[in-house]
Amino acid sequence: MTMNSTGRPTAPTSVSAAAIETVSGSRGLLQHEDLLFEIGTPETTGVDLPKPKGLKSRLGGVARKVDTGLPGLSEPQAVRHYMRLSQKNYAIDLGLFPLGSCTMKHNPRLNEKMARLPGFGDIHPLQPQATVQGALELIDELATWLKTLTNMPAVAMSPKAGAHGELCGLLAIRQALIARGDGETRKRMLVPESAHGTNPATAAQCGFIVDEIKANKRGRVDMADLKAKLEKSEDVAGIMLTNPNTCGLFETDIREIADLIHKAGGYFYCDGANFNAIVGRVRPGDLGVDAMHINLHKTFSTPHGGGGPGSGPTVLSEALAPFAPVPFVVKDEDGIFRLVEQVDGEASESFGRMVAFHGQMGMFVRALAYMLSHGADGLKQAAEDAVLNANYIQARLKHVMSPAFDGYCMHEALFSDAFTADGIETIDIAKALIDEGYHPMTMYFPLVVHGAMLIEPTETESKAELDRFCDALESIARRAAQGDDTLKGAPYLAPAKRLDETRAARKPVLKWAAPDASKVAAE
Amino acid sequence: MRYLPLTPEDRASMLATIGAKSVDDFYTDVPEAARLKGKVPGLPDHQGELAVERHLTRLAAKNRSASSGPFFVGAGAYKHHVPATVDMIIQRSEFLTTYTPYQPEIAQGTLQTLFEFQTQVAALTAMDVANASMYDGSTACAEAAVMAARVTRRKKVILSGGLHPHYAAATRLLCEAQGLEVVQLPVAIDGEGELAKAVDGETACVIGQSPNVFGTVTDLSGVADAAHGKGALLVSVFTEAVSLGMVTPPGEMGADIAAGEGQSIGNGLNFGGPYVGLFSVRDKLVRQMPGRLCGETVDADGNRGFVLTLSTREQHIRRDKATSNICTNSGLCALAFTSHMTLLGGKGLKQLAELNHEAAVELADALTSVKGVELLTPRFFNEFAIRTPMDAEAVLAMLDEAGIVGGVRASRLFPGDHLGDVILIAATECTTADDIAAYADALKEII
Repeated sequence: MTMNSTGRPTAPTSVSAAAIETVSGSRGLLQHEDLLFEIGTPETTGVDLPKPKGLKSRLGGVARKVDTGLPGLSEPQAVRHYMRLSQKNYAIDLGLFPLGSCTMKHNPRLNEKMARLPGFGDIHPLQPQATVQGALELIDELATWLKTLTNMPAVAMSPKAGAHGELCGLLAIRQALIARGDGETRKRMLVPESAHGTNPATAAQCGFIVDEIKANKRGRVDMADLKAKLEKSEDVAGIMLTNPNTCGLFETDIREIADLIHKAGGYFYCDGANFNAIVGRVRPGDLGVDAMHINLHKTFSTPHGGGGPGSGPTVLSEALAPFAPVPFVVKDEDGIFRLVEQVDGEASESFGRMVAFHGQMGMFVRALAYMLSHGADGLKQAAEDAVLNANYIQARLKHVMSPAFDGYCMHEALFSDAFTADGIETIDIAKALIDEGYHPMTMYFPLVVHGAMLIEPTETESKAELDRFCDALESIARRAAQGDDTLKGAPYLAPAKRLDETRAARKPVLKWAAPDASKVAAE
Repeated sequence: MRYLPLTPEDRASMLATIGAKSVDDFYTDVPEAARLKGKVPGLPDHQGELAVERHLTRLAAKNRSASSGPFFVGAGAYKHHVPATVDMIIQRSEFLTTYTPYQPEIAQGTLQTLFEFQTQVAALTAMDVANASMYDGSTACAEAAVMAARVTRRKKVILSGGLHPHYAAATRLLCEAQGLEVVQLPVAIDGEGELAKAVDGETACVIGQSPNVFGTVTDLSGVADAAHGKGALLVSVFTEAVSLGMVTPPGEMGADIAAGEGQSIGNGLNFGGPYVGLFSVRDKLVRQMPGRLCGETVDADGNRGFVLTLSTREQHIRRDKATSNICTNSGLCALAFTSHMTLLGGKGLKQLAELNHEAAVELADALTSVKGVELLTPRFFNEFAIRTPMDAEAVLAMLDEAGIVGGVRASRLFPGDHLGDVILIAATECTTADDIAAYADALKEII
């Protein structure tokens, strides 16, 4: 017998993939998958449970009348359902995810493993404190890291996400104002127009009135506008400022801003969403900050999970620390860790409780594992590499795209759409990146830059990955500058084509409904 | 550093491309006084995986896990069995390491699971529409209260005496920050019905809980009628999602908003978080909802697809006029919920609920057979309150010595309410006959 050294013959003529129709609706490895409700039945179950004994109910008649009718799947069917759906997602584990202000960095698997230790994952928030000393110690240890990295004296651990951390900071400010008798008069919260939408939304949720400050030509706070807004200052509650800001720039005048707001009798809330650019190099406590939330799911690598869970511990200055929410962990002299859960005694000035239980413990474990792995030296290096990577992208693309501002950026590079030909928009460039195998950058944010494209590579990308990405984006940018209309139809190679968002909003279909039998018959 | 791919040569070549001398050039906007000369002092340097694992494993070993012996703690978080498949699904990179589905063409996996999640939550709560999750049950409850105030343009929120006190606290905080008046009815084991008497013409909503924090199940239909009669809304809260398999759900009682905790389905205890808030409403209230919503549409080829929709409610569009400031929610916990629910199916959930109820019935019977123990909860699903002839803290400490975590002392949740002899106790499908016998035997010894 001889070896077949030539392999199987390939087809002589090439056919466009788009022309090939399939019966199944699948496209090769990308399998079509109907909704659960179309493939399962209410009688199917993928778990084997013991049979109930038929004891007499103690519900006292408060019993469900109509069954849920929800379908189930056997275990193999369920596995395939979710695996097939997973194939339609892009993820950081697949490639660069340059979503500006979102900090999509590598999520180490060690952190997942640690969070799943029964001693962390299988403990109840209300079991006796003597049986969870290791958990309380972990919270205390993470709190120490956060306080040390920020040079702030206190941290509230319970906020559930970034916006919840903002709420925590503003509630602390509100309580401080009430405590000094200014609660009714100081209602005005200064917020730069470049701020993330959560900032004004949070301020409004706390009963503050949002007063927008302009950005200057350098993408920073317009100091003249700020000073004008502070001229009459009896009603000023504070300022919410993101630093580095949403343009990817460090606020040059931040110390002066802090001084001005303090002199005006207000407090300085810093949105810490972009802490990754400066962690280990700059401590917000050295900048005059009164409160800052830290997104553990950004800077400290806990996975975004397709939209959460996050975690937003909020560091507080001496001025705001007494008003921190309950619960918090204290270490007593005998080395025992203790939860302070009620607003009295040592927490008598606390503004209250934001949430059931103690915060996002699962995220705490992951974040601490990440911090211990990096250490003080590694975190500093990570920030520097994040900033280096962003500046490298800016340098490589500034000749074909339009940098929004002059000079170096921090951890994200911001471009406007000034370079595009008429008719080509930011969204077309973003969608064309999908065809090149990348998640798009953040688009149309911040609002202060026309057609904004905000690119945040993070430190976990290699130079080779950055080069491949820049090559792709450079090519798209050139096509956009030339007015290549084919960009308008992108993406062509994604699991779905552009989706009709207007239709979704006009007549919302927000859950599956069984097809109307009469209509089905008519078809 | 194992998480950093750049080599020193890469860094040098990149700096050359940029035209910078060192990374210090990028930080010149930082005020001189705030520039650290070196590392942040007071923290250790980097460590290998083994060292980190050792440290955290040592901390974990100091905690008593719920699976390591008889365990009866509930009151807002519950020890249930999570199938191995669920944990595998949520650890898939494509779900675990992706972002909020802002780019629907490459996020149909996440979006379809959210659409399925919303459908399941709507069906479970018997409501019209559910959102794509909140942080947890307590924040869902707080958001429901402020939403009701927005809808009714009224300022009074009334909380039942059986509402979980953490939920009540989170709700009071958010409401008061917005200038709303919060009326808390006195603590009551079986007092949800009192809401009907408390509602008046200025009431935005009444918030009742079933099963409540003492485990009492209540048909809130009468409360709904009373609320609606005065133009107010009923917010129906639950902390134990498995109860929806057999207890009257919010929608069957006329609730306008259902807000609850979904941890019990698919999610571990995790010392209190991350969990997943469930939030569902009547059709007419959809545009006042907080949080993300996933909706069906078509793509350019006419194929069915899903997108985030009705975003004009949300902070990134409406800023200070948004219905809420929520951005990141509990996406992965919602995936755990929906995949566990898919494995269960409606039939499986019902069976699971029955197993929970029967475990609690047997436990209640066993404990009340101990002389001096009084069952306080008149109608219950899988948790209840008992009164013991001794201080609850002492009883729990002695149970602990016997290796039994016997529940939560009510005084931890209600410190000033003279409930020092009351214990809140939960049973689930994880509770065995041996666990029940061990608890009853130990209690007999103690009392």
